[in-house]
Amino acid sequence: MRIYVTSVLVDDQSKAEDFYTRVLGFKVKHDVPLGEHRWLTVVSPENPEGTELLLEPGEHPAVPPYKAALVVDGIPATSFQVDNLDAEYDRLRSLGVSFTVKPLDAGTVRMAVLDDTCGNLIQLVQMKVA
Amino acid sequence: MRRARAGFLTCNNFIAYWAPMNDDELDRVFKALGDPTRRRIIDRLRERPRQSLFELCALSVAQDGKALSRQAITQHLDLLEKAGLVQVEWSGRTKLHSLNPAPLREAVRLWLRAHL
Repeated sequence: MRIYVTSVLVDDQSKAEDFYTRVLGFKVKHDVPLGEHRWLTVVSPENPEGTELLLEPGEHPAVPPYKAALVVDGIPATSFQVDNLDAEYDRLRSLGVSFTVKPLDAGTVRMAVLDDTCGNLIQLVQMKVA
Repeated sequence: MRRARAGFLTCNNFIAYWAPMNDDELDRVFKALGDPTRRRIIDRLRERPRQSLFELCALSVAQDGKALSRQAITQHLDLLEKAGLVQVEWSGRTKLHSLNPAPLREAVRLWLRAHL
């Protein structure tokens, strides 16, 4: 058994496609029309055959309160790994991305948290060299 | 001694902007302090103000090596907030917590100082 896809629940798929590709730098892998929505996945260009991220419509009535409650407590919906967090922070800031947590050391990792503009907080993590 | 203490009180700028606490409020402060986790939260917030629940949990694991459940911290924060020791503000849609040391000073002024 393997994990081939994981998802974030987004308010608007087109807006999410723009943010996750143009801003974060992922590439669209699958874009299949499914009724009024799409099966829309992105992958990291560093690992195009790796686990896909599904930008999943968050239309179910349970989703908005769930997402809002996570944001109130500052809890990220998911987490991405980077090699150089400070460089990535500077790059994303220059693209207008807003961060709820600036880069900081947390034990074995260095981390930051950003707003994906689609209703989620996303954690970026850099593993520290032991 | 007693006269010196009274003199200090009249010079205490602090009481100019903090209404004196009553016994119930003093009880809430001491109750809030009567738990090691809540004292740790106070220590954490003094070191780093404006933390979300997520940051408090993530950093307490990283710095103390002890995991605290979000639910436990939520309840502790609630009690600290009711005692006036934690102040809440909003950054966008995220709730941030900071330490307000004023009730601690009040507890010293109203009761602890008499025994120091």
